[in-house]
Amino acid sequence: MISILISNGTIFDPAAAFPREMDLLIADGRIAAIGRGLGRADETIDARGSWVTPGLIDIHVHFREPGDEAEETIASGAAAAVAGGFTTVCCMPNTKPPLDTEASIEFILRESARVGLANVLPVGALTKGREGCELAEIGGMWRRGAVAFSDDGVGVADAGVMRKALQYCRMFEAPIMQHCEEPSLSGGCMNAGDVSVALGLPGIPSEAEELMIARDILLNRRIGCRYHVQHISSCQSVELVRLAKQMGLPVTAEASPHHLLLTDESCRGYDTNYKMNPPLRTAADVAAVVGGVADGTIDCLATDHAPHLAQEKSVPMQEAAFGIVGLEVAFALYHKALVEPGHIPPMRLIELMTTSPARIVGLKDGRGTLEVGSVADVTIINPERRWKVDVSKFRSKSRNCPYHGWQLISRPTHTIVGGEVRWRLDEQ
Amino acid sequence: MTSETAGNLTWTRPHLLGLEPLSTEEIRFLLDTADGFREVSTRSVKKVPALRGRVVVNAFFEDSTRTRNSFTLAAQRLSADVIEFGARGSSVSKGESLVDTVKTIEAMGVDVMVVRHAAAGAAELVAQNVECSVINAGDGAHEHPTQGLLDAYTIRQRLGRANNDFSGIHVLIVGDIANSRVARSNVHCLTKLGARVTVCGPATLCPASFRQFGVDVTHDLDSVIDGVDVVNMLRIQFERMKSAAFPSVREYTQLFGLTADRLKRAKPDVLVLHPGPMNRGVEIDSAIADGGQSGILQQVTNGLAVRMAVLYLVTQARQT
Repeated sequence: MISILISNGTIFDPAAAFPREMDLLIADGRIAAIGRGLGRADETIDARGSWVTPGLIDIHVHFREPGDEAEETIASGAAAAVAGGFTTVCCMPNTKPPLDTEASIEFILRESARVGLANVLPVGALTKGREGCELAEIGGMWRRGAVAFSDDGVGVADAGVMRKALQYCRMFEAPIMQHCEEPSLSGGCMNAGDVSVALGLPGIPSEAEELMIARDILLNRRIGCRYHVQHISSCQSVELVRLAKQMGLPVTAEASPHHLLLTDESCRGYDTNYKMNPPLRTAADVAAVVGGVADGTIDCLATDHAPHLAQEKSVPMQEAAFGIVGLEVAFALYHKALVEPGHIPPMRLIELMTTSPARIVGLKDGRGTLEVGSVADVTIINPERRWKVDVSKFRSKSRNCPYHGWQLISRPTHTIVGGEVRWRLDEQ
Repeated sequence: MTSETAGNLTWTRPHLLGLEPLSTEEIRFLLDTADGFREVSTRSVKKVPALRGRVVVNAFFEDSTRTRNSFTLAAQRLSADVIEFGARGSSVSKGESLVDTVKTIEAMGVDVMVVRHAAAGAAELVAQNVECSVINAGDGAHEHPTQGLLDAYTIRQRLGRANNDFSGIHVLIVGDIANSRVARSNVHCLTKLGARVTVCGPATLCPASFRQFGVDVTHDLDSVIDGVDVVNMLRIQFERMKSAAFPSVREYTQLFGLTADRLKRAKPDVLVLHPGPMNRGVEIDSAIADGGQSGILQQVTNGLAVRMAVLYLVTQARQT
C-alpha cells in the first residue's frame, strides 16, 4: 500500500477548534501524521486552497440491491458515493427482499468489500418484511454488522410493536432510525397546503410526521433507546426533537438537502422530480429545518439518495415514485443551503457530515475523524470550485434529480478510502 | 365566422390545460368565440368546415359520457375526423404508460388530443410529450377548463352579460370543493371575469386554502343562500372519496342540499347550475333541477359551442 502526502491543504478536523493549514500523511491505510515537514511519500497531492476533511458519511441511502438493480446496485451506488466525496454510506433495508436477515446483512458487506469503493454499511429492517408486525432478527443482524435498524419507506405504525422495538434495540444499544409517517394521514403525493389545493393533488400533512415523532418520544421516555429521526421536514418536528433533547433523551435527527433548499412551490408544474417523502414543505418549514441544523437540534445531514428509473417518474405526479438521487451533488447543496448564507461555519458543515453521523451509527476505527491512527478515510474538497450539475454524468444508474443545470460552488476532488484514492475529479 | 384575432388579442395558446394561467382577456375572447359558434347549432345543416382535414382524438383515460360526446359532436360540427380512444380494453389495460399511449396515438397523425385522466397534471404531462394540441377535459381534482367556460357562458347568457363583465354577480359553488376540478376551473374563470365567488361545503371537503384564489369559504349554506345570483351545485363524487367525509347522505342533504325550502330563501331569479351527472335528491331537489331557474340543460347546449371554440382556437394557434 503506497503512502500519500496531502500537502498544504486546510485541515478540517472537527475535534480541533479551528481549521489549520497543514500536511497530512497517510501510510499503511491509516492517518500517520498531521503537521509540517512530514517527509516524502509515494504520492503527493497538492491540496493548496482545498479543505482536507474526514471522509464524508451519509447514513441514509438506497442502493436498491437486491431487487431493483436497474435503478442502482451496491457497485453503482458506491461509485456515486465516492464521486460525491463520501467514504461511508449506510444503505436502507427497503430492498426486494428487504434486508431483514443475517444473510442479507452479510451480502451487503461482502458486496461492498468486493466493489472496494466506499464502505457500504447495511441498516437492517426493524420488523420482518418491513411489515411492522413482528420484530426482525435484530440481534443476529447486529452481530453481523448492521449499524442500525429501520423500516424506512414506512414508519412502524403500531405503537405496541414500536415500544417492543425500542426495548429490544436498547438491549444492544443499537440505534433505531424511524421514517416518521402516520399512515392514516398519508396517501398523498405532496405537502398538504395551499399548493396541493391549487394543484388538486392529494396532500400529506406535516402532522403525519409530527405525530409519529411525538409518539416515539413518549414511548422512548422510559426506555432510552438511541432513536434517530430520518429526513426531518417540518417546523413542529424540529420543535419536538428540540424538546426531546431538552428532556435528555438520546434522540437525534438528520436533514436532507431538498428539505433545506426547496419548498412545495416547486411542485407547480407537476415535475415528479419534486416528489419525495416526506414531501417538500413550506418556506417556514425550510427555515425551521435550517434553524435546527444551525442550533444543533439536527445532528447530521443525509441525502436519502433514492434512485428511480425514468419510467417511474415520467408519469402523473400521483402515480410517480417518491425520491431523488443526491450523493453526487450533496456537498455543494449543503454548502449552498447552510454555509453560503452564513447559517453555519464550514467546520460545522464538516462535523455534520463526518464526526456527527459517525457517532450516530457508532462507526469504529476512528472513521469520521482525522485522529492519528484512524483508518485513512479522507476527502479533499475544493470550496471554490464552480460547476454545473449534469445528471448525464452521474455515476449513479438513475437520473431522477431536480438539480440538473444548477450552478454550484464547492466540490469534493479526491476521495480516499482506507488509504487508497478511490476518486479524483480531475481524472474524470 | 369568428376570427382568432379580436381587438388587441391574438389567441396564441396551442393547448388549453387550465383556466388558472389564462388572462381575463383570453377568457373573454374564448366566450366571444363560443358565441359565434353557438349559432351553428341552430342551423338545419349543423356543420362548418373550420377543422376539415384535421384529426381530433378523444383520449379518455377515465369514464365520461357527456363531456366525451360533447367534444365528439363539437369536433364533428367543425368537420374534423374524430378518433375515440378509451382506456378500457386498450393498451392501457395491458399496463402501457400514459406517455407511451399518447405518443402512439399521436403517431397516427393527430392535430388535437382531448385528454381526460384521473390524475391531476396528466394533461400537462401529455402536452409535454406530444407535438399536437392538447385540451384538458378534466385532470383529477385539478381543472376542467371547458366546464368552467361553459358555466361562465351560461351565466353570461342568463344574466345578460354579453360584455363579459361579471362584476356585481355573486356565484355560490356548493359541494365537494376539495376534490372538484369543476370548482377550481369555475373559481379561476369567474374571479377573472369580476364575479364574487363563495365556495361552500362540509369542512372536510371545503378547505380554507381556497381563500388563496380570492374567494370566500363558508360551511353554512343557509347563511349565504339568500344573497347570491347563481348557485352551482356540485355532484357528490362518491367514487372519489377515500373515506366518508360526512356521516351520511341524509345529513349532507340536510346541511348542503339545494332543497325547495332553501330555494325559497334565495333570490327569486337565482340561476341554478349543476355540471352533472346529478344525484337527484342528494345535492339537488329533483323539482329544482327541472324547474324554471335551472340552467342545467342550457349548460349542456352551451358546452358544445364552448368546445367548438376551444378546438378551433388551439388548432389555429398551432397552425400559425
